[in-house]
Amino acid sequence: MSKYMLIMRGTDESNAAMMADIDAMMAASREFIEEMLKAGVLLAAEGLDLPSRGVVVDFGGDTPVVTDGPYGETKELFGGYFLLEVATKEEAVEWAKRVPAARGSKIEVRRVAGDDETPGS
Amino acid sequence: MDAAAVEAVWRIESARIVSALTRFTGDFGLAEDAAQEAVAEALVSWPLDSPANPAGWLRAAARRRAIDAIRRRAALQDRYAQLATDAVAGEDDLDPDRIDDDVLALMFISCHPVLSPEARVALTLRVVGGLSSEAIARAFFVPVPTVQARITRGKKTIAAAGVPFELPAAGERRERLGGVLSVLYVIFTEGSTATSGDRLIRPDVAYEAIRLARTLAALLPAEPEVHGLLALCELTAARFPARTGPDGEPVLLEDQDRRRWDHAAIHRGLAALAKAAPHGLGPYGLQAAIAATHASAPSVAETDWDRIVLLYEALGRVAPSPVAELNRAVAVAMATGPEPALAIVDELVATDRLPGSHLVPTVRGELLTRLGRFGEARGELELAARLCANERERSVLLRKAAALD
Repeated sequence: MSKYMLIMRGTDESNAAMMADIDAMMAASREFIEEMLKAGVLLAAEGLDLPSRGVVVDFGGDTPVVTDGPYGETKELFGGYFLLEVATKEEAVEWAKRVPAARGSKIEVRRVAGDDETPGS
Repeated sequence: MDAAAVEAVWRIESARIVSALTRFTGDFGLAEDAAQEAVAEALVSWPLDSPANPAGWLRAAARRRAIDAIRRRAALQDRYAQLATDAVAGEDDLDPDRIDDDVLALMFISCHPVLSPEARVALTLRVVGGLSSEAIARAFFVPVPTVQARITRGKKTIAAAGVPFELPAAGERRERLGGVLSVLYVIFTEGSTATSGDRLIRPDVAYEAIRLARTLAALLPAEPEVHGLLALCELTAARFPARTGPDGEPVLLEDQDRRRWDHAAIHRGLAALAKAAPHGLGPYGLQAAIAATHASAPSVAETDWDRIVLLYEALGRVAPSPVAELNRAVAVAMATGPEPALAIVDELVATDRLPGSHLVPTVRGELLTRLGRFGEARGELELAARLCANERERSVLLRKAAALD
């Protein structure tokens, strides 16, 4: 068994589409979460608040510079995640395909590296 | 779509497919065979033409196979006619809540008391977990035909006993639930105690048991002992990363690097324990509470051993067992000292309640060492090594015995 993170990557357009019918999206999400709970694979799930309420710490210079929330350049934003414990990468992908995601968004499937391994090893 | 993708869909859908088919046909063995045939069909056809809705494809194929099987049974013509009509009505008219009950009923059937313990384990892993005979055989170090025979015999036994596909009546439920929990715990311990052998598959067996326990907790949220078992498994599994050294040798609790414990798993275990505790803990909940006491201690020395002694005393009252008694002795040794602990162990020896177990002389040897009675201690540790079946543990025991010279 391995842990996989399903990272929701929305775009401005898909986020707008989601907000347009947020109740339906929330209901579908709850149902999906319930399904993963009953399959015994869900470890954690969180959604993030609006990006405009966040801050960005930029390491471009000698010292970190803090600016208000990511504006502009927001083609694909991390919007939330599901953390699953499944037997194979394919199983994680199969769950990812079932996420009720808004059209235009993407889901990144990433294995969680063990504490005794270097990523990529 | 490749075999791994087929297996992924199968793993997610198998329990629901088998349980819905069992309700549809009234025949558990037939449902399981039809579902296995459907997945075999998928392995051949999906690489050539992958379906738009793989889960629906599997459900439909399994249903078709079941109908074919029934059609072949000439004596069941009437039943077939009825099923064929039902089939036209479509297959997605299923109530989702009913499906949950179906999966639960499947767990109860797989763990039915008419089956031998081995058959219960094999059927649960195969039918509810969706594991192949090969995977189960690898996990339990038995030949594949043995697993297949256990599954076939299990299905025949269920059919011969006329076990109905339904949840047990309320009165019977608690008793039968105990059976389901014990099967999951047997699967978990099988996966977690082996420190040698095929290290890749055995932890996976433990995690499969945890997955099934989580499923059971989601389906039966009001049953405290389900949460107790889940908590016990999560808290035990949390120690896996620190439990073996680089060469697979066991690392004792006192030597484990606690920073390597899986803290997310500890957190989940404590959350499950909180749900198990509202009206007093049962046997699994008490064992989980003991594991939680270890998990929240920074070291062996700083562990709340008094609390562990109390928890073992409570466990001895609700579920008396010589192993729990032996563990209580270890806790007493840590909380109070080796002298009263030795009295408990000597009582176990005198009443011969753990005959042939290497654990009694192991603990006795440790206590005698602490009391400075080195000659007797060495004898006990050597006896323990002779009785111990696990290579890795045996070498640890012999090393300890040799250190007393």
